[in-house]
Amino acid sequence: MILDFGIVLGRVAFVMMFILNLGGLLTWVERKQSAIMQDRIGANRASIFGLRIMGLFHPLADAIKMLTKEDFLPARADRFLFKLAPFVSVFFGLVAFASIPFGDTLRVGERVIPLQAVTLNVGLLYVFAMLSLGVYGVMMAGWSSANNYALLGGQRAAALMISAEIAIGASIMGVVMWYGSLSLQDIARAQGELLFGWIPKWGIITQPLAFILFLTAGIAATKRIPFDMPEGESEIIGYFVEYSGMKFGMFAMADFLETVVIAGLTTSLFLGGWQVPYLYDTGFRFPWGAALDLPHLLVVLLQVGSFSLKIVLMIFLMMLIRWTLPRFRYDQAMRLGWLGLFPLAILNIVITGAILLAWGTRP
Amino acid sequence: MKIAQRFYLREVLSGLVLTGRHFFANMGKHVAHALGRKNARGAVTIQYPEERRPLSPRLRSLHRLVRREDGSPRCVACMMCETVCPARCIYIVADEHPNPEIEKMPARFDIDLGKCVFCGFCVEACPEDAIRMDTGILEFSSYSRRGMIYTKEMLLALEPAGADGVPRSPVPIPPDRIV
Repeated sequence: MILDFGIVLGRVAFVMMFILNLGGLLTWVERKQSAIMQDRIGANRASIFGLRIMGLFHPLADAIKMLTKEDFLPARADRFLFKLAPFVSVFFGLVAFASIPFGDTLRVGERVIPLQAVTLNVGLLYVFAMLSLGVYGVMMAGWSSANNYALLGGQRAAALMISAEIAIGASIMGVVMWYGSLSLQDIARAQGELLFGWIPKWGIITQPLAFILFLTAGIAATKRIPFDMPEGESEIIGYFVEYSGMKFGMFAMADFLETVVIAGLTTSLFLGGWQVPYLYDTGFRFPWGAALDLPHLLVVLLQVGSFSLKIVLMIFLMMLIRWTLPRFRYDQAMRLGWLGLFPLAILNIVITGAILLAWGTRP
Repeated sequence: MKIAQRFYLREVLSGLVLTGRHFFANMGKHVAHALGRKNARGAVTIQYPEERRPLSPRLRSLHRLVRREDGSPRCVACMMCETVCPARCIYIVADEHPNPEIEKMPARFDIDLGKCVFCGFCVEACPEDAIRMDTGILEFSSYSRRGMIYTKEMLLALEPAGADGVPRSPVPIPPDRIV
């Protein structure tokens, strides 16, 4: 009983540590990656006893700075909502990752431990719901600040979220139809099968259009450039104009957490989740007949490692996009969401349905 | 607008390829640098307090007063520089020179660097080549306006920059920065 409880706690703690540390590290990744892309060096001055280690202390310095800054409260703000908003944002960013599997099952003696924080058979809908709820924090912040620009930012966030969420929802429909499940673990398992005997049946291969649509809408859901209308630092500053100190930091953190969640969701839907090509429960089974038996623990470690690697690669890609593309104007983003992504996602559903019908059974 | 352009995708990809190529090329150079190839530079950054850009020899930097062989200023207090100065940052008080062959000398020669626009007119106007802007010193800052006023003694103590443009004399510390 206590052991069961400990295992559940361990699973939750693993996911929590994974996403929190990754999210914290992303401030460093963002600084350094953008710098290297732009032929710069990037922040490297924060040091402890002269030790700089490539600017890795900067997130720490940021945290100290934000915690010691004045926590400003506008005179006419709605005090309760104003204080609640950043927590809402971060909370939904944190819990969204819970149903994303980071590995198959781990067998210890009699026990079978599923490697995800919460085993939900509607895990996909859960992540989706938590992502959508995250925008409430932003809207609360915009409303409670008693600032027109903040309100504009909050409204833009809501509008962007609706247009992005619809595209996300419609694009994952194709994946759900193909793999026949709403459980992320089932979808990840199904992606281990082979197409024509040698191509891993990853979502990016079976649903290439959905992948592009999902990634685009997913980046929009993180509210970062090129879809940063809620923030729009060159025009309205956005929903967090009135925030300072750690509350402001929490909004920034929520953006990073959402980046991690979108990367995790993309990984488990389109990049095979924790699958390593040709790696099965007992070891590698290559399509040309070769086989390599591996102990169970090593297989699990490979799976978790592959999941982490894919997430890191996805985050790299998203950062690359963020530091490459100019931002969309507000109406352009709306047009892209409603007239670009959404019809294409519907088209994807229709094509997927037609293929499934023609195939007779699920391929 | 062509159909391909309406989908952004090709342009987005070509943009990503461009920035991605920069990332990996620079990353390779950084790694090569860390592994010992010191001439591989992954960034154009000059890390300022440790590294300095080489200065052009004609750069107008902090003024100095040229000395005679006996150490007295070459300046004869003709007021040319004070007159030509568009910012009116030079203040000279003339005095008799002990040597009868030399007409005058400055008793005070103050330059208010808070006002100076570094146009170099004073250098051009000087008939005696007594003031130059070749010290190579760029870091003169102060916590007060008074600290920006450089006196005759401070300006006389300065040396011209070396051939590589590196200052040879230390930056004079204004009185308000002496703790």
